[in-house]
This record gives sequence, C-alpha cells and structure tokens, in this order.
Amino acid sequence: MGKTLAQKIWEDHVVHSAPGEPDLLYIDLHLIHEVTSPQAFDGLRLAGRKVRRPDLTIATEDHNTPTIDIDKPIADPISKLQVDTLRKNAAEFGIRLHSLGDIEQGIVHVVGPQLGITQPGMTIVCGDSHTSTHGAFGALAFGIGTSEVEHVLATQTLPQGKPKMMAVNVEGTLRKGVTSKDIILALIAKIGTGGGQGYVIEYRGSAIRALSMEARMTICNMSIEAGARAGLIAPDQVTFDYIKGRPHAPESGEWESAVEYWKNLYSDSDAQFDVQVDLDANTLSPFVTWGTNPGQGVPLDSNIPAPSDFADEASRNAAERALEYMGLQAHTPLKSVKIDTVFLGSCTNGRIEDLRAAAEVIKGKKIAAGLRMLVVPGSARVREQAQREGLNKVFLDAGAEWREAGCSMCLGMNPDQLKPGERSASTSNRNFEGRQGKGGRTHLVSPLVAAATAIRGTLSSPDDL
Amino acid sequence: MKAFISHTGTAVPLRRSNVDTDQIIPAQYLKRVTRSGFEDGLFNAWRQDPTFVLNQPQYKSATILVAGPDFGTGSSREHAVWALQNYGFEVVISPRYGDIFRNNSLKAGLLTVIVAQAVVEELWDAIEANPALEIAVDLAARELRFGGKNVRFDLDDYTRWRLMEGLDDIGLTLRNVDSIATYEEKRPAFKVKTLPARS
Repeated sequence: MGKTLAQKIWEDHVVHSAPGEPDLLYIDLHLIHEVTSPQAFDGLRLAGRKVRRPDLTIATEDHNTPTIDIDKPIADPISKLQVDTLRKNAAEFGIRLHSLGDIEQGIVHVVGPQLGITQPGMTIVCGDSHTSTHGAFGALAFGIGTSEVEHVLATQTLPQGKPKMMAVNVEGTLRKGVTSKDIILALIAKIGTGGGQGYVIEYRGSAIRALSMEARMTICNMSIEAGARAGLIAPDQVTFDYIKGRPHAPESGEWESAVEYWKNLYSDSDAQFDVQVDLDANTLSPFVTWGTNPGQGVPLDSNIPAPSDFADEASRNAAERALEYMGLQAHTPLKSVKIDTVFLGSCTNGRIEDLRAAAEVIKGKKIAAGLRMLVVPGSARVREQAQREGLNKVFLDAGAEWREAGCSMCLGMNPDQLKPGERSASTSNRNFEGRQGKGGRTHLVSPLVAAATAIRGTLSSPDDL
Repeated sequence: MKAFISHTGTAVPLRRSNVDTDQIIPAQYLKRVTRSGFEDGLFNAWRQDPTFVLNQPQYKSATILVAGPDFGTGSSREHAVWALQNYGFEVVISPRYGDIFRNNSLKAGLLTVIVAQAVVEELWDAIEANPALEIAVDLAARELRFGGKNVRFDLDDYTRWRLMEGLDDIGLTLRNVDSIATYEEKRPAFKVKTLPARS
C-alpha cells in the first residue's frame, strides 16, 4: 500500500520505535519565541542539561514586542522581563536570536520561510500552535507546549503518537476576489473546530496547486483552527522557486540532491487517507466569521445566522452565546455590520503578498471616518520590502497606521488591543472572546475584505467599492 | 512529575463547549517566566461575572472540572494546564479536547479524561443536584465512579504507565541517546542548519 506525504516524512524521522510506545521523532528545526520558552530553559538549568543542537534552533521576539518606538526600552515591565529573559537564555545556551530592531526579526512563522530555513520534508516544531504554517512547504510542522519545548531543546527529538490522515481536496478555480483565506475559513465552517482533531490534513487539488507559496502558508496556518495539529501541501516547482536563493537554501552542489529528495515528497496514488473532504473552489466567495470561534463563519454576502438554524443543542447554545458576546442580531446582513478597527497582519496574513493585495484595493482612497486601521508587517524584512515598493505610503495616505513587525493585535499581548465592545475586521486567525483585547469583538477576514472594509466602514468586499 | 494513580474529589459543571485556551488563560497572563501563580488568570474574563460557576460557593473546593466538547482548543500555551493545576484542578472531564492542550496536560500530570457527551450531561445534572457529590477517577482501573455508577474511559497503556509512575519524558528519551546520535550521523548534508547565520 502506498504512503501519504505525512507518513513518508514521519518514517524518515523515526529515531526509535517500540511496540506500545509512541515513536521517537527527530526534529530538524526548533523555532523559539519569548512566551513559551522561559520555563523550558529553567527546566534545563535545573537538570543541568544543555541544548543538544543549537545549530537546529532559532529564536525571535514577536508576541510581546511593541509596534511603535521600538528604539526605546519596552514600556511594559513584565513584557520587558520576558523579552530580556529570552535574550539571556539565547546567550547562555548559544542560540541564534533575532531581536527587536534586527532586520531578521519578526513573527516566528514569517521569519523561518523568508530565511529559507523552512524546507520540504522537514520536521519543524515551535511552542506555538500556528507552526502548521510551515506545512505549506511539504514539512511536518506542529505546535508544542512548553514541556515539549524543553524536551526538544534537551534531545532534539519528540515522542509522538501516530496521527490519522485527512485529505482536503479543493478542485476548481477561485473567482477574482476570493483568496486562500476564504478557502480555509470555508473549510473550518464545514468541518468545525474539532473536525481535524487527531489528524494531519493534506491540502490537495487544482485550486491548491494554483496558489502561491504565501497563499499556501495562510491555509496551512489555520489547520489548528480546524482542530488539526498539522496541515501540509506537497512541494512542487512553486515551492522550489520560492526557496531558491534564500539565505539558508541549500548551496549549489547540495541544491540538486535536496531537490531530488523533495521531488519524492508526495502522497502515493494508492495512499490511504482515513477521511476525505471535498471543497469546490468554483463556488467559494469571500468568507467572514460572525461568532466567537473560527468555525462560526459564513459567506460575506449572507445574513447572520440564528441559533435555531443549528441542528444540535450544543451548537444552538454556542450560537446564542456568540451573538450575545458579539452584540449582533440574527438575520442581519453581514455587510451592514459597522467596524471600528481593521487589523492587517499576523502569521496568517502578514506577508508581502497580503500587504500588496490590500494596498491595491486601498490605493488612492481614504479609510472611513472614525475607523482605525493598523497595518503590521509580519517581519522587519516584509516591512522593508513594502517600503521599497511604496506600500507604506499607500496605507499612510489612506489614513492607516504603518507599524513595526510582530504579532501585535492578533493576540494583544503588546499594547495593540481592542477596547471593550470595540469591533474589528481582522486578517488574523482567532475570533475567540477577548482574543484581541478584553471585551473586543473580532470578525476574521481576508486582506482584500479587510481593505474594502476599511474604506466603507462596514464589512465589505472589493466588489462593493 | 507527581505520580497519578487515582483521585477522588468534588467537581465543577462547566456547561460550555469550545472552551479555548484564550478563555482558560488570556494572553495578558502569559508574560510571566515562572510555572506557578497562574491561578488568578484562570477563566479571568468569565470570573468577572459573579454568577459564573467558579464563583459559586458550593464549588469552591472542587478539584475536577467537567466541560463540554472541544475543551482547550486554540493556542498551544501550556499555561492553560498550569492555570488549571495552580487553581487546584487535578482532573478535567470532557468528550473531546484540543490536541495540543491534551498533550500538554498529560505531560504535566493533569489527567484529561474523555467520556461520551451523555456521560458529561449526566455528570452535570448529578453535580448540580448535589455539589458535594464525590467523583472517583481511578487511572489504574481506567474508570470513573460516582453516585453508584461506574464509567470506563480509554487512555493508551504507555501514557497511563508514565502518569502512574510520574516519569519525566526527557529522562525516558535519554535512555535512547545512542539512537539519537546514530540517526544524526546519517542525516543528509543538505539538511538546513541555523548556524552559522546567513542573511
């Protein structure tokens, strides 16, 4: 019987296997940030252990970092302590760190791909659930907790139980104005936030093949929002072209053997998936969430659902609670919902293509009166590139704020937060209660919808302009 | 890690589904660099409401949390597990968990039991009828016992053994340190390294 892509990568990384035990997997790359690592380094110190492979480890500062005045000390003393702790740990254990102000600093999942250290066939972990982003390169990449961070630091391995395999087949052609963000939001609405639990998702089909690398990253990024720890896409010429020439791409001489290996990374035609899910790209339209979990989403041109629309009691109760929290009435058209803040950024949609797409919509226009728009590039490099292309000027001329790189308002660990009752259209990944600030209300959208919404002041697509 | 063999205590009925880790502990509490003291952040937003179940006096000394499906979805923050433990919870019971949360809980010694939704509903009703109801969680027998009922639950043998022995995963892995070294010798030369840094 054939093997799936994920099974092939898995088998290539088994260090130790015994009946009745989880496989011990070798980890090719460990990404670190300031929030989920301090207790892990403490654990190493207590046990007198070292980092086994500093040369397979890289750290960046992203979750806590401010997006203004980055040349000044971090104002929040607790955030400052956490960032300083990472700096101290990186120095003590010999780990490469890209600090605030460094050109390679940025969101950990933007930094890996742009440096070329994310490559096909790798196992990649990070103490962050959006590590699945790297699956876009045909890597097995998943989020881990702090105990596991310590385990990987000490041993460069992780014991893992075998996941089940899910194929998501997206066939057809996306219409203009429909993006990979809409594919993933539609998928989560279809299978639910627990639908992928226990699975690795492989995204397949003509609509996936037609996507750019950055669009593929958006899809894999949100696999966790469907409950799956990992999501991946078989590498192809698009992948190889994206990696070629990046700082850590295999050098000539090794490039050929790398590509030869990468070309074998696909699911065999007779590979068995435990579940298959089909999505028709032709009929997809811009998607938006109305509730407080990422599965509570509908097409933007529809009405807000009513609790009675749901078959089971748990969903009805959840919808009722969500509508109350979101301050929304059932049956209202989503396009009539007024937005206070637009957030363009995050590891989901903070890359150069996302900024370009939004700038294209905004160019020459002004954002709605009273609305605030934050543009937060995913990394310092993305920011620099956008400035070279004049995108910062497009956003600033429209009345938006042009910020420094980081996670920012996606989770509001830094001062970029919603106020209680404030409503956002956000290109990030989670619309949980209070995620972007206590009492804040979040609608997840694509960069195109975010940009059109900023102009009109109500949830909108570029077609409405 | 403290060994877990069995635990008997009273429980809190949390009648909510999709309790994500942002609700269990909001991001503002993740800035700490210690493993303890997260109890004040547990369900912080919901605890502002005096009628929230954790604020009700009859559940003050509960050590078991009974929640709806998809408990612990979202962020990988292990702080969610620590917050539950720091508050005094030893066991969570739910029909389904977020994968990373479940993994974290079983590494940190918080037992996350999976039972059918019908059992959760039955527990909710029974606890609300009698908040002093004692629930026994017996990992050795993989069984819940309450009000004269026995309910079996599944947990793989390896995880159960590790929890019952209170074993440290790193120590277990380091028994195979020779296999790690052997594997490393065979890794192809084209595999990426982060050092020396290139940019």
